Amino acid sequence: MSAAALLEISGLTRQFGGLLAVDHVGFEVKAGEIVGLLGPNGSGKTTVLNLISGALRADAGRVRLRGSEIHALPAFRIARLGIARTFQLVRVLGSMTCRDNVLAGLAFGPRGAWGAGALARVDALLARVGLGGRGSEPATQLTYIDQKRLELARALASKPSLLLLDEWLAGLNPAELQGAIELVRSLRDEGAGILLVEHVMDAIRSLCDRCVVMNAGRVIAQGTPAAVLADAEVVRAYLGDEDA
Amino acid sequence: MSGRRMAWLAGAAALIVLLAAVPLLADAYRLSLAISLMSYTVLATAWALFSGPTRYVSLATVAFFGIGAYVVAVLGEGNPWPLVLLAAFAIGTVVALVVGLATLRLSGVYFVIFTFGLAELVRQLVTWYEVNRTRTLGRYVFLDIGPSQIYWQLLALAVLVFAVGILIRGSRLGLALNVIGEDETVARHVGINTTLAKIAVFTLSAVFMTLAGAIMAPRWTYIDPAIAFNPVISFQVLIMALLGGVHRLYGPVLGVIPMTLLFEYLLARFPNHFSILVGIAFLLVVYAIPRGVAGLAERALGRPA
Repeated sequence: MSAAALLEISGLTRQFGGLLAVDHVGFEVKAGEIVGLLGPNGSGKTTVLNLISGALRADAGRVRLRGSEIHALPAFRIARLGIARTFQLVRVLGSMTCRDNVLAGLAFGPRGAWGAGALARVDALLARVGLGGRGSEPATQLTYIDQKRLELARALASKPSLLLLDEWLAGLNPAELQGAIELVRSLRDEGAGILLVEHVMDAIRSLCDRCVVMNAGRVIAQGTPAAVLADAEVVRAYLGDEDA
Repeated sequence: MSGRRMAWLAGAAALIVLLAAVPLLADAYRLSLAISLMSYTVLATAWALFSGPTRYVSLATVAFFGIGAYVVAVLGEGNPWPLVLLAAFAIGTVVALVVGLATLRLSGVYFVIFTFGLAELVRQLVTWYEVNRTRTLGRYVFLDIGPSQIYWQLLALAVLVFAVGILIRGSRLGLALNVIGEDETVARHVGINTTLAKIAVFTLSAVFMTLAGAIMAPRWTYIDPAIAFNPVISFQVLIMALLGGVHRLYGPVLGVIPMTLLFEYLLARFPNHFSILVGIAFLLVVYAIPRGVAGLAERALGRPA
């Protein structure tokens, strides 16, 4: 594998009872690259994210961040090494204020910050995701979309070198989607590697530099969005045999 | 230092002086009530230190309280008092660390049950030891420590609990505990070493409970496992903290005052129905004021709780 890879995954395997959820998955993400992780429901995408972030432990295989192995580390150590994520079902800290939600992302990360300087950065992050001036509102009172923004601000707070987005664009209206795409692109332009699980095809086409397509736990195609979406096996995985 | 902070500190100092004067002014009955209030203040505030933000409801309060009392019963005679307290401190710390490591992987109701079981286990172990080794169930605590000294020690301990509480709340650790209480998965994914944070504060909270038990021991003159490890104490502390409100440091005190007075009254008037009435009080608190007196007061003042 090339030396420039930020994240390298090889032979990643995870079983739940009799179900092989992730079966020898391997791919890489470079710094400043957006990689889309696609596949039908139940194909193992979120499990791959969970294995990378340390939410789950792999049965076999390797995950390397900048060349060093991280798959045996607990989630909090992986977070401190610079991997941040959002969750498929939004997880904000409901009874805490927006400011404290983002501060939580800032205080314990790789460059843990605290005090007045940290609070200034929190306000800047809130403004960046479109929640400027709403720092003292409790997170539970935000709309679904705003909770997603808040979750992203929390993930960005640690200045991650790798950002994992689990269907972060799902449920946005077209205008919001455009803004969100710009936001993700600006993160990449700052040098972060981004791995996103996504179903919104417009977003995949306009955002992703490369795509990895999974089906039934295996990687069935890798390449540019246009190439993988035209791949016969990918079409079969999504639509069934007759349409292929 | 800002003016507001100065005023706040001056107020706290004045309050401490006022409370310290109680033994000089009160009669024996009022002093014994003040000792009750002070010991429950320490217990409920220490309980809320850990269980408030993390929402890990612990029923192990009396395990630590009783360990403190037993350290005094065993080592009290012939040893200098500060050394005895130091021993209670050390033993409480070790037990809390072991328990913390064993239990804090559990969550929700499993943790509650385990802590309750732990208190019973410690009680049974002590009973077994006393019956089989010392051949007597009870122990006498004859120490030359009067009610006034007990009160002052409890006051000092209470001041310490509050000081520690203020420090934690203003720190990263305080934020970490809140995040853990909200969502432990998120906590781990923002880089919080959840096990370490939980064990540290659980142990801190337990040490205060142990010291409270040690300081209270001379008051009883006679203790046996059923007295020192009475599970009702754990429940009372829990009700008091919930009644007062656990999301504020001063919250539990607001529950300690009415509840101690109520328990005192119930115990005097209805000694045979005490447990039933405590149970009813528990239900009323949980149903009627889930956010506690502190929450009610804030709502009345129009501040977000």
